[in-house]
Amino acid sequence: MNANDSQSYEKIEKSAQARKRLRLTITYVLLALWALVVLFPFYWMILTSVKSYGAYNSEYVPKLYTAAPTIQNYQDAFTAVPLARYFLNSLIFTAVTTALMLGVIVLAAFAFARLNFRGKNLVFTLFLALMMIPNELVIITNFVTITNWGLRNTFLGLILPSVTSVFYIYLLKENFEQIPEELYKAAKVDGTSDLKYLWKVMIPICRPTIITILILKVIECWNSYVWPRLITDDSAYFLVSNGIQEIRENGFGRENIPAMMAAVVVISIPLIILFLVFHKKIMAGVSRGGTKG
Amino acid sequence: MDKNNRKAWLYLLPALIFLGIFMVYPLFDVLVYSLEEGYNSASQTFFGYGIFNFSYVLRDPYFLQAVKNTFILVIITVPLSTGIALLISLGLHSIKPLKELFQTIYFLPYVTNTLAVGLVFMILFKKTPYTDGFINLIIQAFGGSSVDFIEGPYWAKMFVMCFYTIWVVLPFKILILTSALASVNPDYYKAARVDGTGSFRIFTRITLPMISPMIFYLVITGFIGAFKAYSDEVAIFGTDLNASGMNTIVGYVYDMLYGDSGGYPSYASAAALILFAIVLTITCINLLASRKTVTRS
Repeated sequence: MNANDSQSYEKIEKSAQARKRLRLTITYVLLALWALVVLFPFYWMILTSVKSYGAYNSEYVPKLYTAAPTIQNYQDAFTAVPLARYFLNSLIFTAVTTALMLGVIVLAAFAFARLNFRGKNLVFTLFLALMMIPNELVIITNFVTITNWGLRNTFLGLILPSVTSVFYIYLLKENFEQIPEELYKAAKVDGTSDLKYLWKVMIPICRPTIITILILKVIECWNSYVWPRLITDDSAYFLVSNGIQEIRENGFGRENIPAMMAAVVVISIPLIILFLVFHKKIMAGVSRGGTKG
Repeated sequence: MDKNNRKAWLYLLPALIFLGIFMVYPLFDVLVYSLEEGYNSASQTFFGYGIFNFSYVLRDPYFLQAVKNTFILVIITVPLSTGIALLISLGLHSIKPLKELFQTIYFLPYVTNTLAVGLVFMILFKKTPYTDGFINLIIQAFGGSSVDFIEGPYWAKMFVMCFYTIWVVLPFKILILTSALASVNPDYYKAARVDGTGSFRIFTRITLPMISPMIFYLVITGFIGAFKAYSDEVAIFGTDLNASGMNTIVGYVYDMLYGDSGGYPSYASAAALILFAIVLTITCINLLASRKTVTRS
């Protein structure tokens, strides 16, 4: 009886283990399958970008590898279309917008977190209410405003509407408030000015949050499409998104898909490098405050 | 106090100026625009005030097409992407080795330029004289017949649009749901296991209620995001979305504002306000539904 019991127990245990292993295998296979779906477009764009124009167009059934990789397409991408210009424009736009925004939001967050002034709660509530305003609603007037100011096809016109973010002010204010107020009072007693305190104490302590905001803003700037499209029609001021659309519609004469893919690789690389270096920070930052989709 | 007052406003000044000009003023201005009839952007004159712009937009076949496309997109992609994200997150939650690698890979689409990758999708799905395209060759390999997904029948284009949208929005949803799953107190699972609860029952009685606030958060932001779909469509079908019959409401707004069909900020404002009303209504319905079903801890 006893032996029988332990035998059947072993059997149950074994079958349970087998079932568990089967389920784990299926899980891994499905996860790997989705990873493939995610990675395949990236593989395809790199692969196509190193195929020669002749080879690409002669393959009725596209090959999944290439025997003779070429960098000709990359040379074409930089010479036949102003890819370098789009790239440079995006760099300038991203750097200036991010820098200006950081200045604006740090000052505002500091005022909300540490200074006392009349109407503070009211102003802050109004700020929060602004978070609900969709961009689509205000972009029409902004387009008219920038046009009336004669700022179409200028960097100023591209940059000005995106140098504040209510959400980032909120995020930073919450973070600033976690720094003990005693520190601020001690600094006041010592005669430290507000700006110096902000620069020497608050910003260093909150560096992780600031870096997260910085990275998220850089991603947003690099990928922005709608506003630049509205405000620029001179290709000398195109950013990469508009540039890629321009290349698709009028670039390279005959549909030179390998060269197009080379351009796509070039404009994707900065963010992919940023992601590979900072993926933990980016993912933590997005789960705290990003929205998309 | 007074000195402090002035200083605080000084710190706030840059933010207030920018928000005032580019967010608060436009908010009122868009209402004015939407009510100005016969606005001429060249001479900046108009006939009078009324609701003509709204009735024009609501009768415009392009707008109705855009509304139809947007609603189909929303109804298909929001439940599907949330469901797939839940399945993937549950899968991620149940494994240990390679978990981090998978998580990182799945997040990659979030940081890529949607216009650039959309071009890759277009090429994978497109049928040209040179080749049927990669996807069509797979379909043929399984015995199907090839379809032009980019310039072909409506359902094929809609399929690509939904597929690409899901591909783009999944990273965010997977990220949110994996962290929600990781934050469920393991004691609940231990207690359930001691009681001999089956795994399906554990899922419906513990996991799902515990992460339901996050699921609803994703559904709500998913609805809002999908109603604003635009650049993903441009990435696949090109800038002239009306020609390919794949325009969205936001696309209609921008087309009215600028480009070959542009110069009508009044119609654009009316369309944007209609969109806002739709999104607001759906969000309120969602919030009411969530109050009934979501478990709060």
